[in-house]
Amino acid sequence: MGLMPGDPLDLAMLSDPALTAADVERLRALHGLDRPLHERYLAWAGAVLRWEFGFSRLYAVPAATILWPALTGTLALVGSALLIAAVAGTALGVLAAIRPRGVAPLTDALAVLLQSTPTFWLGIVLIIVFAVTLGWLPAGGAAEEGQSALRFLALPVITLAAANTAAYLRHAMAGMQGELRRDYIRTARMKGLPERAVIWRHAFPNAAIPIVTIAALDAGALVSGALVTETIFARPGMGKLIYDSIMGNDYNLALLALLLAALVAMLATLAADMAQRLIDPRLREG
Amino acid sequence: MRLALGLLLLGLLAAGALGAPLLQAWLEHDPFLPDLMARYAAPSAEHPLGTDDLGRDLLLRLLYGARVSLSVGLAVALGAALLGTAIGLLAAWRGGWVDAALMRVADGMLALPALPLLVVLAAVDTGRFGLPRGEALSDILRITVILVIFGWVGVARLARAAALRELTQDYVAAARVAGASEARVLWRHVLPNIAGPITVATALAVAGAILAESTLSFLGLGIQPPAPSWGNMLSNAQEMVFNAPLVAVWPGVMILMAVAGCTLTADGVRR
Repeated sequence: MGLMPGDPLDLAMLSDPALTAADVERLRALHGLDRPLHERYLAWAGAVLRWEFGFSRLYAVPAATILWPALTGTLALVGSALLIAAVAGTALGVLAAIRPRGVAPLTDALAVLLQSTPTFWLGIVLIIVFAVTLGWLPAGGAAEEGQSALRFLALPVITLAAANTAAYLRHAMAGMQGELRRDYIRTARMKGLPERAVIWRHAFPNAAIPIVTIAALDAGALVSGALVTETIFARPGMGKLIYDSIMGNDYNLALLALLLAALVAMLATLAADMAQRLIDPRLREG
Repeated sequence: MRLALGLLLLGLLAAGALGAPLLQAWLEHDPFLPDLMARYAAPSAEHPLGTDDLGRDLLLRLLYGARVSLSVGLAVALGAALLGTAIGLLAAWRGGWVDAALMRVADGMLALPALPLLVVLAAVDTGRFGLPRGEALSDILRITVILVIFGWVGVARLARAAALRELTQDYVAAARVAGASEARVLWRHVLPNIAGPITVATALAVAGAILAESTLSFLGLGIQPPAPSWGNMLSNAQEMVFNAPLVAVWPGVMILMAVAGCTLTADGVRR
């Protein structure tokens, strides 16, 4: 960020002509902007370790009061979108593996289509169809008092879910196809188990392991990466916050938001490891 | 089947991008000049897809945008393929701490949250490095460099894995015994044998680069207007959805065609 044009005080000078050069130098020293980048970073890191999060220059309030709603907003969006993407993608993938002739070509085409659709464009198209033409759902923003949050979540969640479904579909399909060819499946069928038990009790848990991993990695990446969806639907969230604070030269807020996003990503990875141990008994022994 | 469909899509786009000046001469108007009397014109013989918010012909802008988007995609993929192959080969060939260091850097790149970093990098003032500001070419160069920085990782990992496999083969040992230099072993023997996976990774990298470029341009960080790119043609789409929904739809269809074309081609080559 230090390489970006202008520091906060250059911007202040532009917006307030009454500011003199002496004022600027005084303010620069007050905010520590005359010191080199690494000293400023160390001072900031020290303050964070002391649990002092400082203020946002852009919004002129304590940084923590902005970060919290942004995080909850993003978690609601990303959480529900990933849940839909993982369930829908896995279901379609399993179906394609069970019915290689009837369903697989369709899901193949669907996966390529979903993977190739730019997120921002899908959002715009959904707005055109559901908000402008049909008028069923709001085009963007967040729910205010007395409004249903679900109606505001619907379009962004669908947008984000669609963008992420393809990966689950492909992994579920490949995983199930691989498992269904294995010997233990033939054994299970041979001893007369109903096909439903063979698929869901035997093959599926083994195929589900990579899916849990992807879901956790996605959750971590999307905490900061839902920027495009949040921008189109004008939703407050981490991605938008990081973007705005970087563009607005709000160093403190940007660094805090990135730190928070990294923390959530680490927690998600940890959760994935633990979930894998739950699913896969082989990992528990080691 | 996949390969044919993918190549057909890409061929159509490439033909459109190359033929844009011909079409412009035939339609006889300039897609870079605003014509405020003809804002949001409906599709007609004069403007096959209508006009945008400044009255410029949409079809011509899409085709000129194809030049920008496709060349960014190709340049990024070539850069990522060269850098990635070199790094992957080096890591596999030297092994030991060189391998460990290079692969940890690659892991680090994968672990970084890509989008915020892209935003930070895209906001860097290129003027400080002596590049001219505000020219389409320097935008393209900047975007290409940024996307190569992120793009080499996938190719490098694939190239390393494939090269490790090849280096243990008997023909490599035979070539060494016959007195071939290490450079010749890598260049004449290993490289041709790992070209397959690298080609697939490169085709996928083109798809990723086109998507990433359009996303950055949509956010206002990529190719700056008035130069058309599929992403920045959508950057004020929010205002268009009420006036002229189709204006917001077409650029996305182009991106979809390009990315699907690359993905299908990569899938087809892999089989």
